[in-house]
Amino acid sequence: MAAGFRQAFQEKDFVVTAEIGPPKGTDISEMIAHVDLLKDKVDGLNVTDNQSSVMRISSLAVCRLILDRGGEPILQLTCRDRNRLALQSELLSAWVLSTKSVLCLTGDYVSVGDHPQAKPVFDLDSVQLLQTVGLLNDGKDLAGNELQGSTDFFPGAVVTPEADPIEPQMLKFEKKIAAGAQFFQTQAIYDLGNFKRFMDQTRRHEVKIMAGIVLLVSAGMARYMNKNVPGIFVPDELIQEMAAAEKGKRVEAGIRIAGRMIRQLREEKLCNGVHIMAIGKEGRVPDILEAAQ
Amino acid sequence: MIVAERKPLDQIDAMIQGFDKILVVGCGTCVAVCMAGGEKEVELLAAGLRMKGKLENKQRTIDEITVTRQCDKEYLDPLAKYVDDYDAIISMACGAGVQFLAERYDEKIVLPALNTLFIGVAEGTGIWSQRCTACSDCILDQTGGICPMTICAKNLLNGPCGGTDHGKCEVDGEKDCAWTLIYNKLKKIGRLDYLAKIQPPKDYSLMTKPGKYTHEAFKEAKQQEE
Ligand code: SF4
Ligand code: SF4
Repeated sequence: MAAGFRQAFQEKDFVVTAEIGPPKGTDISEMIAHVDLLKDKVDGLNVTDNQSSVMRISSLAVCRLILDRGGEPILQLTCRDRNRLALQSELLSAWVLSTKSVLCLTGDYVSVGDHPQAKPVFDLDSVQLLQTVGLLNDGKDLAGNELQGSTDFFPGAVVTPEADPIEPQMLKFEKKIAAGAQFFQTQAIYDLGNFKRFMDQTRRHEVKIMAGIVLLVSAGMARYMNKNVPGIFVPDELIQEMAAAEKGKRVEAGIRIAGRMIRQLREEKLCNGVHIMAIGKEGRVPDILEAAQ
Repeated sequence: MIVAERKPLDQIDAMIQGFDKILVVGCGTCVAVCMAGGEKEVELLAAGLRMKGKLENKQRTIDEITVTRQCDKEYLDPLAKYVDDYDAIISMACGAGVQFLAERYDEKIVLPALNTLFIGVAEGTGIWSQRCTACSDCILDQTGGICPMTICAKNLLNGPCGGTDHGKCEVDGEKDCAWTLIYNKLKKIGRLDYLAKIQPPKDYSLMTKPGKYTHEAFKEAKQQEE
């Protein structure tokens, strides 16, 4: 089993995490199969929090299931569904259930999900949530009350290297560091030239940065993301490479691209690791890791 | 000002089923400006309801009156001489005005004809947009006069989410991202340093409903009386 996500950065030059999406419903067999497949191959498994505002099993419950199976979970926590009481309570609960890493996110808006009529919360934002984690680590809550036993979380956050405009994104990135973020997982990147320029701006900070890798499964998916997903840019060459793959071999082409990118990021020491999101194709993550060798 | 829109005619018609004599009361301030509940709109609604009544062979009397404001008692009092003649009153004010009218004439059935939308401005002819959510602790001094509590769908106080798309908001691609606007404005006025400060969580206790406010001058006067 992984030695712990925080320790992984001490022990390795290149840390790898993957993503587990809790299911909608109580049949967890497929998810558990993915956990078992991946837990010894990566340094941490992010568990999404009602991803894309779609109601599912909670991140915390799945973190505990991962621990039970010998994996290392990273709790994703968004500001969309919980006010400051619920967020802090969730964090304390995560700690006593042995989840030690937390990724603080704003969360998608409710309108993109399957309960668009829900009341969006956003009582705190991601910067304030990071500060809250810091307070709990210091034995205090957000209202200044002493805790009976503190936490010792390894707090992280996200950043979008391809954000347009980039300046406000970088200002927020710096606020997140000031608020205590120690590691970052980025939104999916595909253009390593752009990513290098982003990394150059981050060098002066003592934080660990993991590049986001989203598995391409078709040229259509790449074009769709370019058009519809904010902060994702797939360069033309990669779209061509995907389009050139024959039918039935497209996922293979995506795996080859992801593996190549990971290898380059690692060999050129461009960042501290990668976070692999193989949305719906979690079973192929080992193939991506193989291709990255 | 308060921006509102009129409910569909059918919905208002359904509310008045069973009533024969109806008074439609307009409001001459905010909702008159946004063309939802002023004198003209009263006229239109009354005509529509009369027409509907006629088509359904109903005995219906619909009368019209518009007051300066329904959120001020002094403008509601003069209605006293009319209201007794009616089975129901339709208010074309914002939600606050409807309630004040219902409170003033508390034996009457008072029905809302509008959906109250927001506090906003006239952006162009016939277009209004929300600008303030009345958070009770204005921070516009630090955000270049652009309200993150309102213009940002997630009321983020410390910068944009990952959803900014070419300066537009992920929630509605037609709308500008508040944080792109704030950044550009502060850059323009040379005050980007404002953005380095981490804004603390908002104090929602200030927004505990229902809000109530007594002007200082009147507080003193009241104390002297006592
Ligand atoms: S900060 Fe925004 S919501 Fe609060 S009072 Fe000012 S304009 Fe209104
Ligand atoms: S895109 Fe901009 S305005 Fe929309 S929710 Fe995100 S930060 Fe707020």
